[in-house]
Formats: sequence, structure tokens, C-alpha cells
Amino acid sequence: MVDPTDPTPAGRSGQPGSGGTTAERSRPEPIQAVPVRHPGRWVGVAVLLVLAAMFAHLLVTNEHFQWHSILVSYGDGLRGMMFTGPVLDGLKGSIALTVLAMIIGVAIGVVIAVMRLSPNPILRGVAFAYTWFFRAIPRLVLCVLFGNVGILWSRVGLGVPFDHQIGQLFGTDDLSLKVWSVSSRDLLTGFLAGLLALALSEGAYMAEIVRAGIQSVDTGQREAAEALGLSNNQVLRRVVLPQAMRVIVPPTGNETIAMLKDTSLVAYTPVTMELFFQLQAIGSRTFKVFPALVAACLWYLILSSILMVVQYYVERYFSRGYGARATRRPRPGAPQPNPVVVEPVGPIGVDHGH
Amino acid sequence: MATDDSPLADLVVNPGAGPADGVMVRAEDVHKSYGHLEVLKGIDFTVRAGEVSVVIGPSGSGKSTFLRCINHLEKINAGRIWVDGELIGYRQRGDKLHELRDAEISRQRRSIGMVFQRFNLFPHMTVLDNVCEAPCRVLRRSRSDARAQARSLLDLVGLADKVDSYPGQLSGGQQQRVAIARALAMRPKLMLFDEPTSALDPELVGEVLDVMKELAREGMTMVVVTHEIGFAREVGDSLVFMDAGVVVESGTPREVLANPQHTRTGAFLAKVL
Repeated sequence: MVDPTDPTPAGRSGQPGSGGTTAERSRPEPIQAVPVRHPGRWVGVAVLLVLAAMFAHLLVTNEHFQWHSILVSYGDGLRGMMFTGPVLDGLKGSIALTVLAMIIGVAIGVVIAVMRLSPNPILRGVAFAYTWFFRAIPRLVLCVLFGNVGILWSRVGLGVPFDHQIGQLFGTDDLSLKVWSVSSRDLLTGFLAGLLALALSEGAYMAEIVRAGIQSVDTGQREAAEALGLSNNQVLRRVVLPQAMRVIVPPTGNETIAMLKDTSLVAYTPVTMELFFQLQAIGSRTFKVFPALVAACLWYLILSSILMVVQYYVERYFSRGYGARATRRPRPGAPQPNPVVVEPVGPIGVDHGH
Repeated sequence: MATDDSPLADLVVNPGAGPADGVMVRAEDVHKSYGHLEVLKGIDFTVRAGEVSVVIGPSGSGKSTFLRCINHLEKINAGRIWVDGELIGYRQRGDKLHELRDAEISRQRRSIGMVFQRFNLFPHMTVLDNVCEAPCRVLRRSRSDARAQARSLLDLVGLADKVDSYPGQLSGGQQQRVAIARALAMRPKLMLFDEPTSALDPELVGEVLDVMKELAREGMTMVVVTHEIGFAREVGDSLVFMDAGVVVESGTPREVLANPQHTRTGAFLAKVL
């Protein structure tokens, strides 16, 4: 929709014969056309501005937010909800759970993905079963399940399997060939149980992401590496996985942010050193439920934002060699690459820019 | 142009000498099928050490597949292939064949260089790292040693100023020259070329062929699958024409090109010459 009253000075200068008839054919004037108008965008901006203003007004004027309790102090001599000791401990717990669960999950994912693509049918079967099981069970159920799994055994340890049954075969009831064991109540409650639930579940999802990444690498890459005599292991580590990373990293960033949020599920394991649990506890104890929820939202927003920045740099690293960012940026102080073209010496008569 | 003091000369292992009987590649009655589709129907093929054998033929004739069988990228269904007297992919005990383990196949591949139609350089590594990778990881050569060798090889193919570039920043012809340097870095006794100029712009073909010609002059044993008849005529010691999974005709390039004995050879040459 062009405004018909809009004066268009560009129209006059674009007349034929204004520059092309002269013998030397001077460079034509640059085009200064009236751009297409987008009135819809201005309407959209206006609507959004009104909505944003209403939201800001809500945040500032509605006393149920109790910003003072969230940020400054929620009681006599107490800090703001976001910054009290237990909440900061819970924050550390949530970060630790996220980092550890992702490290273990990625490690499991790579192993399961490689097994899934292996020519060995046993490994393929095991990998399929693992993915099938841990993708089928909801994370919340896994968290509760792992918190209660101690019910199955009183002690967990290393030793000869079926030692008790073997003992019964030979007539003794108390044969124990355990080398080392620990009470399952000590091992599998709280933090470790929650961590395992999250990490094992994450492993199943990461396996599918890594598998997609490995399969995205051109088969010619594997062939070229094999033709050079690289072992299967070297082909995977040096050639296939680094290229697969370009495909693996973006969804892994997604998974990390999802994991940060899913750490709130371990409150049901139960793990108490966790952000959401701590804030909810404060909320219900002080009857300031809503401000506690807002405080939790703020922390998750902050942490997710940090993760997004990290993801940006990781992605940039693994896309080296592709697209416009292909060059290594010279480190400050490093010698600049020599711009002088090196003359090819030796017997090969390659035409090289002469 | 080839001289005894050429730096390339010491990269070519045993120029002209080779194995005891002088045969570098021997293939006997090689068959290869994909499911019900038989793409190689009994290939007999011999390349003597120091020779350049050029394989030509229409698309789908099985020439690339055969080349890939020589370094066991493809598993053959029947027949035998020996490189430098060593049976490829299997070990014969009595009259039974045993498959080789992956590590043993990798060891056999070390001495067989291969250059691909699509270059297949490692895009996440610099040119120098592409060339260094196999000598460092497979031959366990020291990093500085491998780098020095890589630099001289890249110098030989005319890319000394590109060592720190990534493959994506090079033209097709430059990439293929890097790929040749990468294969040479393993000091192979045999080089396989799988249509090395087919993915190149016409004006870039010459620079790759020049490197290959120089390599041939230095006495490298080469099997070259190509459509470059001029290259076959100039540097080929033997020319093999394949069609529909069989060797239709072979001989010196001069004989085959000037006086093809089979109508199929004649028909093919009429189209490409």
C-alpha cells in the first residue's frame, strides 16, 4: 500500500536518456525507490506496546507480587527470598544436578548411539532396549521410582552374582562372596537417586540426538578415513564425532535447558537441596506462595539465559571450517599470516596463480 | 621434468622395483553383488609395479566398484585380489579363507592411497591437519616430523600458502590436490584414483592431472578410473575398458584407442573422444 500523495523524487531522476545517451556511458544513478510500506507492522507494534505497558503496570502495582519479599527481605532480619541461604544452597544443588546429569547423560548417549549403529547385533539390541525403557517412563515417575528402589535390596555391592543361591546348592545358607557393599539406604536416597534418574533418562534422549548426528556425516568421510588406515575407533573419534557435533550441539543445548527445569522433579525423590523445593518450602511456611513462585521463575530465567550464551559459543566452536566463519581468528599477539604467495618449488608444474 | 634429486622421488616407495614378481595388483575372477544385482562379473586385472593403469567405461560399468574392492572398501563375493603379493581382506589357511580383523584390514590399507571423486577432505581440520592426521595417528610419527613432511608435500602440489586454510575455503582443484597430498603422506606403494577430476570445473581439471602426471613419472604405481582419455593416452601404461561388470578390452592405450577390437569399446570411444 503506497501512499498516493507521497512525493517520489526518485521517479524523475530515473527517466530514460538522463545518463545513457552520452558516449562514455557514465555509471547510472543509484536507485532511490520508495520502499514498500508495512502499515501492519506499526499496528502490531502499537498493540504490543499497549500489552507490554499493561504487563509492566501489573508487575509494579499489584501488591501480590511482593517484590520486597522476593528481592530485599521477606521478614525481620531476613534477606529476599531469592537470596536466602537455603535457596542459594538449592540453587547450587540444581546447578550441580544439571551439570552432572548432562555429563553422565551425554556420555551414556554417545555410548548407546555408537552401540545402536554397531554391526554387533547384541550391542544394537541392548542399546535399543535401553532407549526404549528410559524414553517410555516419565521423568517424574523415574525420580520417585529411584527414590524408592532401595526397597528391593538392603545392601548393594560388588561380588560374585547369585552367591546366595550357589551357597544353597552346596548346602550353606549364608555364603557371601561380596567384595564390597554399601547400604542401599545410604547409596540410593536423595541426591544420587535423583541424579541417576535424570542422567539415565537423559542418556536415552541424547542417544537419539547423537545417533542423528553421526548419521548426518557424509559416508565419504568415513571411507576416506578408513582408506588412510585409521582404526574404527580413530575414525569415530577424530573424523565422525567432531563433524557430528555440529548437528548434536543445538539440540543438546535444548536438552540442557530442559534438564535445568527438570531438576525440579527430584523434589519428589525426594531431594531437598534443590531450588524449587526450597522456594516452595519458604512459600508455604510464610504463606507467600505466589512471590516464592515468581522467585523460582526469576532464577530459572537467569540460569537459562546463561546457558543460551554458553550454547552460542559452543556452537561457534564446532562450526569451524563451515561457512563464512571458516577462518581461525588470529589470536592477539600471534604473528599475522604471511600474505606473500609462496612460489611452488619442486618438479610439479602446477599452474598456480601465474 | 623428473629428476633423480626430485623431492617427490623419495616419497615413491620402490620406484620401478616393487614385489618379487613385479606385480603390484593382481585380481582374479572378482565378483561383487549388491543383493541380486551383480555389478562385477569376473574381473581379471594386473598392474605391474611402477605402471599406470587407466580404467575407463560408461557409468554403472563397475569400474569405481572394482577400484574400491582393491582396498577392501567393498567386500568381494568371489575371486581374489592381491596387492604386493598380499591377499586383500582375507587370510588363506589350507583351502579355507578367514576374514581379516578390522585392525589387519587397516594395516593393509596403510600402503594403498586413495583419492576420491568428491575429495572427502575432513572439513573440520585445516589443510595441514588433513595431511598430518594419518601419519600421526596411524604411523605414530611425531607431530613436528609429520608437519614437516606435510608442508613439503603441500609445497609439491603447489599449495604451500594454504596450509592453515580449511577445505571449504579452497577451490575443487585445490581440494583434490590436498587429497592427493594426504594420500601420499602415508608413503603408499599404490595409489587408487576414483574419477579424481569428475567433480571439477573444466578449467580446474588440468592442475590435478598435472600432479598425477608428475606422480606417474616418478614411478608411482597407479590405478586411475577416469573419463580423461587424454590422460590415459599420455601417461597410461595400460588401458582397461569395462562395461556391464566385465573387462571388455585391455591393452596399451595406443592400441585400444586407435584400434578397438570390440564394437562396445568403439561405440564408447566414439562418444567420449
